[in-house]
Amino acid sequence: MIRVELPYHLRKLARVDGEVLLEIAGAVTQRSVLDALEARYPMLRGTIRDHVTLQRRAFLRFFACQQDLSHESPDAPLPDAVASGAEPFMVIGAIAGG
Amino acid sequence: MSKVRVLAGTKKGAFILEADGKREKWDVSGPHFTGWEIYHMKGSPADPNRIYASQTSGWFGQIIQRSSDGGKTWETPGGGPQKSPQGWPMGESNKFVYDTSAETGKPLTTHQFYDGSQHPWEFKRVWHLEPSLADPDTVYAGIEDAAIFRSTDGAHSWQELSGLRGHGTGPKWQPGAGGMCLHTIILNPNDQIVVAISAAGAFRSDDGGRSWKPINRGLRSQYIPDPNAEVGHCVHHIARNASRPKVLFMQKHWDVMRSDDAGDNWREVSGNLPTDFGFCIDVHAHEPETVYVVPIKSDSEHFPLEGKLRVYRSRAGGNEWEELTNGLPQSNCYVNVLRDAMAVDSLDKCGIYFGTTGGQVYASADAGDSWTAIVHDLPPVLSVEVQTLP
Repeated sequence: MIRVELPYHLRKLARVDGEVLLEIAGAVTQRSVLDALEARYPMLRGTIRDHVTLQRRAFLRFFACQQDLSHESPDAPLPDAVASGAEPFMVIGAIAGG
Repeated sequence: MSKVRVLAGTKKGAFILEADGKREKWDVSGPHFTGWEIYHMKGSPADPNRIYASQTSGWFGQIIQRSSDGGKTWETPGGGPQKSPQGWPMGESNKFVYDTSAETGKPLTTHQFYDGSQHPWEFKRVWHLEPSLADPDTVYAGIEDAAIFRSTDGAHSWQELSGLRGHGTGPKWQPGAGGMCLHTIILNPNDQIVVAISAAGAFRSDDGGRSWKPINRGLRSQYIPDPNAEVGHCVHHIARNASRPKVLFMQKHWDVMRSDDAGDNWREVSGNLPTDFGFCIDVHAHEPETVYVVPIKSDSEHFPLEGKLRVYRSRAGGNEWEELTNGLPQSNCYVNVLRDAMAVDSLDKCGIYFGTTGGQVYASADAGDSWTAIVHDLPPVLSVEVQTLP
């Protein structure tokens, strides 16, 4: 199982507590994880990636295993620790505002 | 006894305030959608339990929320687990995609940017939601970058009425300081739709949104190269009394304007206002010549003159204005009242409501003669709408 950590506002929108657990068939990549996430929680479509271009929204980042994966290819394999469920794939909201 | 429900959208969530017809004691629920900007909420005239809300965030984009029980519970239409015939999820409620097809308009890709260059149209947020007069599942959305969309399935899916951007003047539209937003939608029973865009002007469709034309003759704006241009005017809001759909009142960037022919021609009715800059404007529910504005000092100082919060009322359809101050702060008040933050109820004695960037929602149960803050300390208020319930 893939573990996904969502920021507070997206957890509330999806009405979930804590981590989301996802079953991924095939390669574990940003794209396959986000596809599975949006398939299970369609209300999240457009909140992490643009509806049409599927580009990451500007103020969100993807972290895992103490690495910033935001600029990696969406089709690059995620770290083994994410694929095995040992570490979560984290969607992070940028710190901004006042 | 009738009831009133006030829908207040704020910078940090939505609030719903309810009172009986006396409008003295208010129950407040909220915040709903805590932490999100709620640009606008509006109830369906055909089913007052149906309310739509525009929930938006710089981080997470645009969400449309819908309530079918008067705001007690909410759902994201299309946000549940649905399956298409191919097995893919069908949650489309937040998807606003500009129409660039050759069949339904003209492929439009650019408008004028702040520096005068051409800039691609980019969806940013929904400023205004206008439910249909007759069908609770039909709702219109005013968009930044400026466009109008319609949903006929309760906000599950949205289609652009692309004839507005495609009628020819789109490349001349440009953003105002708040962005290039379509913020006003007025629906009339005869398939007539009036919209307003900052900073493009007012536009009208007489065929349900298929074709459009600019309706800005008579507007004069010193801040554009040709003050009398066909488009480019920063219209802040338009209001009308439903019994007289051809008589429109406009708060422009500067100037309060009036049209008696559904926008074909405008004339200034600022009259004796102490300043004719402002954002909001509304019309009494039963007296179509009674109009309300909140004058703001200037385009660079968005607060009331002299720190005194004053509503101005004209009972003559403009030009002759009286100040209304009873119950409003008359010293050290430096709030703003935004374009969609004034509304009226339709009780016998018309109620007037407005919200401020200081977090107050003021109500008058006597057509403006006296005012009370029904809440004091909300986040900055972006919009106020009112439902009059049986």
